[in-house]
Amino acid sequence: MSEILVLVEQVDGEVKKVTLELLTLARSLGTPSAVWAGPGFGADAKAKLAEYGAEKIYVAGSADVVDHVVAPKAELLAQLVGSAAPAAVLVAATAEGKEVAGRLAVKTDSGVITDAVGVGEGFVADQSIFGGGVNVHSRVTKGTPIIAVRPNSTAPAPAPAAGAEEEVSVALSDAAKASKIVERVKQEKGARPELTEAAIVVSGGRGVGSAENFSIIEGLADVLGAAVGASRAATDAGWYPHQFQVGQTGKTVSPQLYIAAGISGAIQHRAGMQTAKTIVAINKDPEAPIFELADFGVVGDLHQIVPQLADEVSKRK
Amino acid sequence: MNIVVCVKQVPDTATERKLRSDDKTLDRDAADGVVNELDEYAVEEALKLKEAHGGEVTVLTMGPGKATETIRKALAMGADKAVHLSDDALHGSDALSTSYAMAQTLKKIGFDLVILGSESTDARTGVLAAMLAERLGAAQLTLANKVDVEGSSISIQRLTDYGYDKVEATLPAVVSVVEKINEPRYPSFKGIMAAKKKPVETLSVGDASIDAAQVGLGAAWSEVVDFAAAPPRAAGTIVKDEGDGGVKAAEFLASKKFI
Repeated sequence: MSEILVLVEQVDGEVKKVTLELLTLARSLGTPSAVWAGPGFGADAKAKLAEYGAEKIYVAGSADVVDHVVAPKAELLAQLVGSAAPAAVLVAATAEGKEVAGRLAVKTDSGVITDAVGVGEGFVADQSIFGGGVNVHSRVTKGTPIIAVRPNSTAPAPAPAAGAEEEVSVALSDAAKASKIVERVKQEKGARPELTEAAIVVSGGRGVGSAENFSIIEGLADVLGAAVGASRAATDAGWYPHQFQVGQTGKTVSPQLYIAAGISGAIQHRAGMQTAKTIVAINKDPEAPIFELADFGVVGDLHQIVPQLADEVSKRK
Repeated sequence: MNIVVCVKQVPDTATERKLRSDDKTLDRDAADGVVNELDEYAVEEALKLKEAHGGEVTVLTMGPGKATETIRKALAMGADKAVHLSDDALHGSDALSTSYAMAQTLKKIGFDLVILGSESTDARTGVLAAMLAERLGAAQLTLANKVDVEGSSISIQRLTDYGYDKVEATLPAVVSVVEKINEPRYPSFKGIMAAKKKPVETLSVGDASIDAAQVGLGAAWSEVVDFAAAPPRAAGTIVKDEGDGGVKAAEFLASKKFI
């Protein structure tokens, strides 16, 4: 089977869920090799990557690889594309993952596909474009296919493999070191999962009514172990921080379950959540377009319904 | 400081957007063209930097003839001049070709700082700024929600999952900005009138030293195999809250094994 490179996403040495999804997907296409960029590779990470099918793990442990913006990761992958001649490279379709994919494509003279929600035989990718209105099959026709895959596209499943570690040293060009990360500022986000990665997202919109009332949305999110999102109306009103905006100009999420409370479902919002597997809507307006997408909808006042739902979820745990 | 701000004309997101059935590229006639929303933040940031540090703001766009509407908008906001890269040979260019064509043009017109929106609302690849930095050998300062320039030093706050990174570099650099980095100004009547007199240079592929074999649909590094309108989602169950709406929603979640 041909080798598939998977760029590992990690936080403080812990492998992120999206990487386990990518390894699972890569197993259906060939033999996955994980690529670890930066310091912090340890026994736990090694065990995790092997558990989900990494036959090999390339480790480039130099701090240089992560102390400059994006370019070193692309140089690392380009070096491996040269030496290992993989059949494809998979990265997570996060903002940074896509940038890595873009630079790698230029470096290796290869085509790139972003925001795939699936990859099948012949590396044909499924994409959902124009706010979910059109489904596209696309494929790379030159070079090594580089595909950025959206989180939650594949259910991660273990299938143990060797996880043979191979150290990689990469000689970075001056150009790759042109922008230096001098400080990493971690902003408090509590124990909630990351918005783009979360299996469940609970979002609030105009109907929430105030910043204070977002505690209702957070309450439901917390009993479900979900991330909190917000519509543009809510972030524009200053009720919830802008980085949690789901929509055309904000984050794109593709969770197993999306609960929209007080969100009408304008195209601007739908573009960010339409590929969610299951959608639940709560809105007082029975004509709200969000109900056209909803697998289950409740017409009524979210201020009554959402807390009741949260209570009921707690009771059933 | 010589600032070039890249803008793109995109189909209005409020209208129905389509791919063409003949060559599977974006149907630019099916919807009204508007300035890519995120590019308005890029134009505003360029203007603010010029106001603070002096210099000149050039608008660069690649697109068909009707993209001049987008150029006029950026000029009306206050940019000084514009370059319109327009050639039938560019039709159907993918991200790699586009970045190549734009990089060639930028090399020709010169720049200290290139500013873009972080993505377009039509293709949404989010790769162009990184590709330009790669091709130009310039510092990549992308996903910025704050930009500071001092002499030839530039620093940004780059948005990350956990907060932000403070990133520093020396010009030349390629910056992409995220929504809400600033409040884009509305063109004034005076600005709109002035824009009509500002110079717009139209370049063909040959003018910008672009190898025509490297651009357009035929040169693309990827292809659309096929496409179809997304099937409508199966109609769901909608209930009216009779005081037990939350309980009913919980029952639905339980039936789907979410709880």
